Parts: sequence; C-alpha cells; structure tokens
Amino acid sequence: MIKKILIIGLLAVVGLIFFDLFNAYQGNETLSKTANYYAENGAKDVGAANLVTAIVVTYRGLDTLGEVTILFLAAAIISFALKFRKEDFIPNRPVRVTSELLDSASQVIVPIIFMVGIYIFINGHLTPGGGFQGGAVIASGVLLMIMSNPNFGVSHKVIATVESISGIAFVLIGVLGIILAGGFLDNTILPLGKLGDLFSAGVIPVIYTFVGLKVGAELSNIIGTISHAQNEKN
Amino acid sequence: MEYVIISTGFALMLLGLWGILSQKNLIKIILGFTIFDTGINIVMVSIGYVRGKAAPILDVINPAEAADKIVDPVPQALVLTSIVIGLGVTSLMLVYAMNLHREKNSLDINNFKDLKW
Amino acid sequence: MFIAIAIVLGVASLIGGYIAIHHEKLPVAIIASGLVSLFASVIFLLLAAPDVAMTEAAIGSGLTTLIFFYVLNKIRQRND
Repeated sequence: MIKKILIIGLLAVVGLIFFDLFNAYQGNETLSKTANYYAENGAKDVGAANLVTAIVVTYRGLDTLGEVTILFLAAAIISFALKFRKEDFIPNRPVRVTSELLDSASQVIVPIIFMVGIYIFINGHLTPGGGFQGGAVIASGVLLMIMSNPNFGVSHKVIATVESISGIAFVLIGVLGIILAGGFLDNTILPLGKLGDLFSAGVIPVIYTFVGLKVGAELSNIIGTISHAQNEKN
Repeated sequence: MEYVIISTGFALMLLGLWGILSQKNLIKIILGFTIFDTGINIVMVSIGYVRGKAAPILDVINPAEAADKIVDPVPQALVLTSIVIGLGVTSLMLVYAMNLHREKNSLDINNFKDLKW
Repeated sequence: MFIAIAIVLGVASLIGGYIAIHHEKLPVAIIASGLVSLFASVIFLLLAAPDVAMTEAAIGSGLTTLIFFYVLNKIRQRND
C-alpha cells in the first residue's frame, strides 16, 4: 500500500516538473545561434546537401565515434553474457518447418535488401538516411535469413573482420584529417565537389560507408548471438 | 501542432515511468524503458521544430537562404544517435533478464532478494 | 489539417503505450510497444525530421520488437 502511494507521489512530482517545462515552451520562430551557423556555413564548409549528415559526421564526428564504441561494447557484453558450454549445444534443434513462401521469397529478397541498405548509406550526404539507417536495413536482411532457416549461424569470423577493418579505417581517416587538413575528422582531405553530386562533400561518403558497415555488423552480431542462444539445452 | 506533439512526448514519458515503477514482470519493466525512450526522443525533436519550415536537406533550397527555410538540425542529429544506442541498451537489458530467468526460473522481480537489506 | 493528424497519432500512441504496460499477455504488450514506435516515426515525419523517422521505423519498431520475441521464445522454452 505504502509503495503505491510513493509511486503516485513520485509520478505527481515528475508530472509537475514536466508541466512546468511544457508551460515554458513556446514554439520557435527562428533558429538558435548554433543552428544558424550550421545552416549558413554548412553547405560552404562541408559541401553536404543533408545538414544532419554534415553535423553527425563532421561537426560532431567525435560523438559518432563514441557512439559506435558504445554499440561495440554492448555487442561484446551480449556475446559474453550468452556464452554457454559446447556440450549444452544442440546442433539441429527441432523447429517448425519454414513455409515454402518465406523460404523462396527470402532467397530473392535478401540480396535486394542488402542493396537497398548499401544505397542508403552511400547516398547519406544527399538524401535522408545514412550509416545508421543503412546498417539497420542490412541487419534486418540478416534477420530474414535467420528466420527462413532457424539453424543458420552467423559467421563470427566475417563479422569480426568487417567490424575491425571499418573501425580502424574510421579512426585512420580521422587522423589523416589532422595531418592533411584542419583537424580530427576534417572532411576536406578530398575535394568538396559540387553540392548535390554523388562524389561531393569530401570524405563524408567514405566515412558513412564505414559507419554503415560497422553498425550493420554489430547489429547482425547481436541478433545472431541471441538467436544462437535458442539452441542451448534448458 | 508542436504543442500537441510535445505534450504527447511528456505523456509517453510519464506512462513509461509508471510502467517501470509499478510492474512486477522484468519484460514489462524493459517495455516501460523503451516507451520512456520514445517519449524523450519525441520531446527532443519537437524542441528543434520551427513553425512552417522544411526539413534540413538542401536539394531544392538555395544554400544562401537556408537559414530562413529549415528546421534546427542539431536535435535531429542527437536523436539519431540516441535511437541506435537505445537498441543496444535494450538488448543488453533483455539478455540480463534471460540470464536471471535461468538462475531463478522466474521473471517476477519480487523473487530476486539476494541484495535486499 | 496537420493538427488533426497530430492529435490522432498522439491519442493512438498513448493508447498503445497503455496496452503495452497493462495487458496481461506479453506478446500483445510487445506488439503494442512496437506500434508506439511506428506512430512515433510518423510523428517525426510531421516534425520535418525524415532521418529520424527512417531510423525509428527500422530500429525502434523492427529490430527491437523481434529481439523481444526471441528472448520471449527462449524464456518459454525454459518454462516447459
């Protein structure tokens, strides 16, 4: 009983704080100072048509590096926490037979899904989308492969190789920015090009490709580990 | 419109907090966390909204007059990273719930008394 | 026009959130929370944030829901 009263009291206090915040909010009419700077100089300095990409990869590129690290740590801890002994493993767990439709459709659709994912992260500096969305689309392709064949194991060697190569390349491009241009993750080490072209915005498409591969590998690793744990003996 | 959306975000945050505090099942508590997450993201994006402006993509907008025509791109970039981290944290919590269930054969949070004082 | 869509989406996502927290059956609750994410992605589109809408639709309502179901399946296997 006393617990319920405490919960309601806490919710009332938090609700009061939220109500205060809501009262103080009045819709914006103009941009804030930082956003104004990015809007005025973004196209000139960075050369990316999508300003969100310009901020994620260049202006706040260090945050993205930290975020990819957090995701890597989460994937590593999940693999560690789901470790089980070899003799507990059932190689061919009895599963319900996959329907003919899912089985044949997945063989046709999975390559197309991978292609859409790659398209999304290569065009990240021109259209909505980018490394994170493309990586998630690739991971959902892997998920479809696992669903159509539940005993399919995601190869750890391939994932580890892709992930480490793209992580190292991301940091190396950042360090090259210190040597050849203005600072860490500066994108002007390649020519900026014309706004709106595929080969424009310096190294942003290259960095976003590596981010997409890394995010896709990490999410596929999480999904593969959790689905692999289904084969454990109870 | 932005007032409706920002109040939806705050209401979702309160709903998620209520779920985290009042539910007994571990999976339900994690569901509360994901709803709380969604609410925070909605509030953050709506803070950056500017009335009647377009998305921050300069394909038809002339870069010289972009500052008068686009919404704030900074909160959008923040929320983009926050959603991806949210998936990692949620799956980590779910894996820990799985391991707890293996030890005690139960998902009820009242059965975990090892550190209770 | 937009304000009507915003009200409908807000009410729908709140109902979805209530079902996600209060329904007894876990699969229904998980599907309802995926639905909240889907409504949220349309809300992001109304707020002129297509990047965030894409991420939320792919990750929030796709991958998260399926990971929940995998974990639920494992827990049910152990209960039998």
